[in-house]
Amino acid sequence: MNSWIMNTVWLIPATPIVVALLILSLGKTAPGLSAVFAVIGQIAALIMSFVAFFPTLHAHGFRGVENFTWFVFGNQSLRIGFVLDPLAAAMMMMITLVGLCIFVFSIGYMADDKNLSRFFAYLSFFSGAMLGVVIANSLLLLFIFWELVGLASYLLIGFWIERPSAAAAAKKAFITTRVGDMGFFLGILWLYHNSGTLLFYDNGHGCLESAGLAMLGTSATFIALLIFCGAIGKSGQFPLHVWLPDAMEGPTPVSALIHAATMVAAGVFLVARVYPIFSVGAINGVTSSLAVVVWIGVITGLMAALVAVAQSDIKRILAYSTVSQLGLMMVSLGVGGVAAGIMHLLAHGFFKALLFLGAGSVIHALHHEQDIRKMGGLRRAMPVTFATYAIGMMALSGVPFFFSGGWTKEEVLHATSSWPSSHIPHYLMLVGVVLTALYMSRQIIYVFFGNRRAAEEHPHESRHVMTIPLIVLAVCAILLSVVLTPAWPWLESYLTGHAPQFDSRLLFQPMILFSLGLVGTGIALGVWMYHRTGELDPLQRKLPALFRFLENKMWIDEIYDRTIIALGALFAWLSDWMDRYVWDGIVRDVGAIGQLFGKLTTGTDERVINAGVDEGTVGAQGFGRVMSRWHSGQIQPYLGAVALGMLALLLLYAWLG
Amino acid sequence: MTLSTLLVVSATLFCLGLLAALSRRHAIFILIGIEMMLAAANINFIAFWRFGPHTAHPTGVIVAIFAIAIAAAEAAVGLAMVIAVYRHFRTTNVDQFNQLKG
Repeated sequence: MNSWIMNTVWLIPATPIVVALLILSLGKTAPGLSAVFAVIGQIAALIMSFVAFFPTLHAHGFRGVENFTWFVFGNQSLRIGFVLDPLAAAMMMMITLVGLCIFVFSIGYMADDKNLSRFFAYLSFFSGAMLGVVIANSLLLLFIFWELVGLASYLLIGFWIERPSAAAAAKKAFITTRVGDMGFFLGILWLYHNSGTLLFYDNGHGCLESAGLAMLGTSATFIALLIFCGAIGKSGQFPLHVWLPDAMEGPTPVSALIHAATMVAAGVFLVARVYPIFSVGAINGVTSSLAVVVWIGVITGLMAALVAVAQSDIKRILAYSTVSQLGLMMVSLGVGGVAAGIMHLLAHGFFKALLFLGAGSVIHALHHEQDIRKMGGLRRAMPVTFATYAIGMMALSGVPFFFSGGWTKEEVLHATSSWPSSHIPHYLMLVGVVLTALYMSRQIIYVFFGNRRAAEEHPHESRHVMTIPLIVLAVCAILLSVVLTPAWPWLESYLTGHAPQFDSRLLFQPMILFSLGLVGTGIALGVWMYHRTGELDPLQRKLPALFRFLENKMWIDEIYDRTIIALGALFAWLSDWMDRYVWDGIVRDVGAIGQLFGKLTTGTDERVINAGVDEGTVGAQGFGRVMSRWHSGQIQPYLGAVALGMLALLLLYAWLG
Repeated sequence: MTLSTLLVVSATLFCLGLLAALSRRHAIFILIGIEMMLAAANINFIAFWRFGPHTAHPTGVIVAIFAIAIAAAEAAVGLAMVIAVYRHFRTTNVDQFNQLKG
């Protein structure tokens, strides 16, 4: 059974990509059909993922590998392959299920768009590329799909090509992630140089297996950090997080897909996949590369949570919350809680997709209004959206017991508390939890409670095609907590390859109450601060300087503008100047020399050669004229000449002898 | 009679023929001059044979006979050309024949 699954596992990413090509080849003729195709492709991928999920359930720590040679150069062969392990299977289930909900939601959300088929083709392609990242068993194959994910994100963020801001955001996302990918690629090359293989698992010869890891030696730290550069770019970690909030320019389902299932998950997944490289030479589970991961994650998590408090765009708040949660996942991976980080990633995929689609539903109802200060009182007009959004908000805030996010956040905090290096990340993450609860309650109060601020609008609940995905995702966000509890940590055991054990005592720990208190503090603070919805934000009224600092995203974009981009502009200006005056000057001088030479040869030609030829012809003419006189045409002068000639010969003969 | 007498005769005859060919204007007379020069050559052939070391074989006579035969053919061609030219130009005065003038 396992062999045929491994032989056909490539169909999972291939199906959505083929569907995307099919939709593109249909053109604009049948937009409805394109949506049907995309959804069918996603359902097929979901079913296949489900089939592939089964063998990983039976044996704990199951790992199926299918490798083949891509091409041979010299006596080396480049091999790529696919791997199916609990990590890949769980990710595939999440991607296809969340993706399907987003696809269905898009049918309603994008109904009026005239480029519907292009949209679904890109969505399908995006999903397929991400599935490819997940099952790749070679760092090179992973990198290929990784870049395809980047391409798809570029196409989708800039989907509304007629908007200059969308085009700029797409370009920013693409270029910013490229910066990280350069490091990633260097890491791949270094890894290949040292270990001679890019396969992850290859019967003990792969680069993640003990023999391969032993070959890395001390360079493992640098390789790991270079690979982490790619993850920083893709997962929007500080300092390359700037593209992620701007990516909100894309249609809302795209934001949901980028933030929940595909793009940003790739970075966290990458770190989890190549975790053995990070942990080479670990002392007490701490290596310098993992410490970098932790601190980057801490900075990102706290910074994004702070910025989210002062944003007024409903999607930007969610974007910064994603950045913050990704930071949390990175911290979890860095401190050694790989399973906790991936569990948070999976849970986050569901509830963040739910929140984005809920925001999309609100935006759709309000005719593309995204400013939360102009919303309010929507809980009566849109009850389904409100209920599902509240579930998503509580899952994100980390309310324990009933919501998946609570348990996974618990796991992450537990992992950070036991990090031997430092306790500072743990405390900063606790602050992050309070902030998350605070900005989510701020958002939900602004959007759904209070009085209607935009009185002239008549918002109404979205169509079923949009609300049903919301309900499905909300149910998932709750049901997922069943397999996440510490009492029966099925998902954690599944990921780490142990048998789950049931222990009801673990359900109630002092830690849980502590985090419940933290979340409660955050929500209470939010309610206390924002329940009177005045014109000005309370924080803006009390601490205008801080609010301005946070509202402008800590001026990081501006700092980049003044430093890196200004440096680039300066360099561009310098190159332009060099090109215009130095290189062009040289080219012009060379040209002038050529022209001078040309003039010289022209002169020679006209004055010397032409004149010489002219003289020659004149001379020939004159000679001809002279000679033609001899040709009288009369026979007797000729004869006379012959006689004279003969006489001359005779005389010469007589004289010579 | 000695060889030199004969050579003087033939040289005189040749010079007379050459004078005729160069000075006469009538084409027929030019032909006659040419025939005279050929006759002078024939006299030389026979004279050199008659006073040469090998008189047993009549080589000089035979060469002379060949030359006479060739001269006859040449005279035939020349006379035919004169007639053809006369038909064209209605004259035999060679001064008038200057179509080959360069």
